[in-house]
Amino acid sequence: MSETPIIRFENVTKSYDAETTVLDSINLELERGKFYTLLGPSGCGKTTILRLIAGFMQPSNGNIYFNGKLINNVPANERQVNTVFQDYALFPHLNVYENVAFGLRIKKLGKKEIEQKVLEALKFVNLSGYEHREIEEMSGGQRQRVAIARAIVNDPEIILLDEPLSALDLKLRSEMQYELRELQQRLGKTFIFVTHDQEEALAMSDEIFVLNEGHIEQSGTPMDIYDEPINRFVADFIGESNIVSGTMVADFRVLIGGKEFECVDKGLNPNEKIDIVIRPEDLEITSVEKGKMKVKVDTQLFRGVHYELSTYDDEGNEWLVHSTKKAEVGEFIGLDFDPESIHVMRLNETEEEFDKRLESYGEDAYAN
Amino acid sequence: MQTKNTKTLYLIPYFTWIVLFVIAPIGLITYYSFFDLSGNFTFDNYRNFFSSVYLTLTLSSFWYAFLITLFSLIIAYPTAYWLTKTKHKQLWLLLIIIPSWINLLLKTYAFIGIFGLYGPINAFLNVFGIGEQQILFTDFSFIFVSVYIFIPFMILPIFNALDKLNPSLIDASRDLGASSWTTFSKVIFPLTVNGVKAGIQAVFIPSLSLFMITRLIAGNKVITLGTAIEQQFLVTQNWGMGSTIAVFLIIFMVIIMIITGQREKGATSNGKNK
Ligand SMILES: Nc1ncnc2c1ncn2[C@@H]1O[C@H](COP(=O)(O)OP(=O)(O)OP(=O)(O)O)[C@@H](O)[C@H]1O
Ligand SMILES: [Mg+2]
Repeated sequence: MSETPIIRFENVTKSYDAETTVLDSINLELERGKFYTLLGPSGCGKTTILRLIAGFMQPSNGNIYFNGKLINNVPANERQVNTVFQDYALFPHLNVYENVAFGLRIKKLGKKEIEQKVLEALKFVNLSGYEHREIEEMSGGQRQRVAIARAIVNDPEIILLDEPLSALDLKLRSEMQYELRELQQRLGKTFIFVTHDQEEALAMSDEIFVLNEGHIEQSGTPMDIYDEPINRFVADFIGESNIVSGTMVADFRVLIGGKEFECVDKGLNPNEKIDIVIRPEDLEITSVEKGKMKVKVDTQLFRGVHYELSTYDDEGNEWLVHSTKKAEVGEFIGLDFDPESIHVMRLNETEEEFDKRLESYGEDAYAN
Repeated sequence: MQTKNTKTLYLIPYFTWIVLFVIAPIGLITYYSFFDLSGNFTFDNYRNFFSSVYLTLTLSSFWYAFLITLFSLIIAYPTAYWLTKTKHKQLWLLLIIIPSWINLLLKTYAFIGIFGLYGPINAFLNVFGIGEQQILFTDFSFIFVSVYIFIPFMILPIFNALDKLNPSLIDASRDLGASSWTTFSKVIFPLTVNGVKAGIQAVFIPSLSLFMITRLIAGNKVITLGTAIEQQFLVTQNWGMGSTIAVFLIIFMVIIMIITGQREKGATSNGKNK
């Protein structure tokens, strides 16, 4: 664990002009050989972070370290980083083969070696046989794959991928997700992947950074983030969830919509206002008598694997339910859930405080 | 039927123009080029053109046009590049273009004043005790003034090409390990070469037939195809020879257009087998 991180951001701030701060004092550490994902809504600063790592611009403040060495002023062409650009940035005057070979030619590799590497990279992205096509003769998805091939062929320490799969159809997309993940594990390189698709982030990453308006809201494994979102923003962004306000009456007791429920959280101030999350798949349909909550079914959609029900309680809170059971629209049903399904989020809690709180529960669990 | 008629209607001005100002003059010139001074049909004019006098003239014409184009390009490319990087690029561009709206003759006369023996340049040199220099009527002044006149036509197409260049291509090139110079030679220049070609066309071709600047600034020391044509028509009254030179001038122009005009798609991509 004491290994030097391959990339470290130390209070990195970036602003383009005096008024707006695009990145606000970012601190992060990336370990070698892992798959990282930057997840966040449009304009939150994901591309900016990649550009700082690639060296296309310098931070306004703070330091960036590569393998422990300060690299603020190292130009992009001297960094062992390659990028798959959001707009592909393929060279329109070169064909597919020459685009992929560009970096290898600059390294002055032999003709045979270049050919072998280029063909291998094209094979990886399922583009064998397309070597002599011009870029303008390729479809959007094919261009995206050329861009991936052009980056991986150079075998860099870090590969930055800026929404590299966004133009692909669902099937090719999940195929490429598997293959990228597999490639990353095979090469043992560090991948930094940008997406605003939370499912993609959850499926592929070792660790996710959830970004919002230029700061990191939460970082952790996909499981951590999915199961224990730190706040309303993360909970909302990371998956469909029911987020409602509540009050922490006492330890292990939470008041939601006028009803008290058992939960697993403690150590909060008595009567503290909080947000709670319950995932739709943690809600179970039962009869009104057996349920902890009584709701009315508003709409019902068949989603293939499950039904998605939109229901409302008496207070007017919406509760999304994912269930394999069917219900009738307009009918009153009961909802059941475990105490562990209620995730309590304190308002304005920092990531450190949040981690500490979660850790204390863990200790208790062992103590009991 | 209706649409076809209106379409023909729109074509009338175009064809009138082409016939009156392109086909007719070229036809006339070609016709005249086959007659000698006394009005007899002859091929002598063409034979004469290949004599050493006219070949030297052609060569020197090309040489000066080449120099003018070269210096324009050397100044215009960095200027255009800088323009695309500035904040108010449209304003800066306008400032460069505005002088080209002013009458050519006026600008040329201004330079006679500036470069003259009693002009500001010589006054400036005097301050340093260098003494009066003959600046007018030299190759230098001729090329300087010509470059000054033509440079907006070089800057404009190059500026447009550079402005259209996707900046992330430059990032991509740097990302793949290319130095600034390699990025320029392998990405920026190939992608703006069409602008350069357009600029070369716009400067080289008119430079071939310059005659007023040669008269006023170079003082007849520089004789180009343009001055030769003027002389044949107005001084020697040898319309046949003048037309012959004009015919060759047109042929040269067409050749240059063909060379600089071709859009070679992916020609720079030296894939392993073509
Ligand atoms: N060159 C620039 N000048 C000024 N502001 C910029 C510039 N580039 C980006 N920004 C601003 O910085 C913020 C972050 O941009 P960034 O490109 O990092 O977003 P992103 O998270 O990648 O978004 P997306 O998912 O839409 O690609 C945005 O508000 C954007 O408007
Ligand atoms: Mg982006």
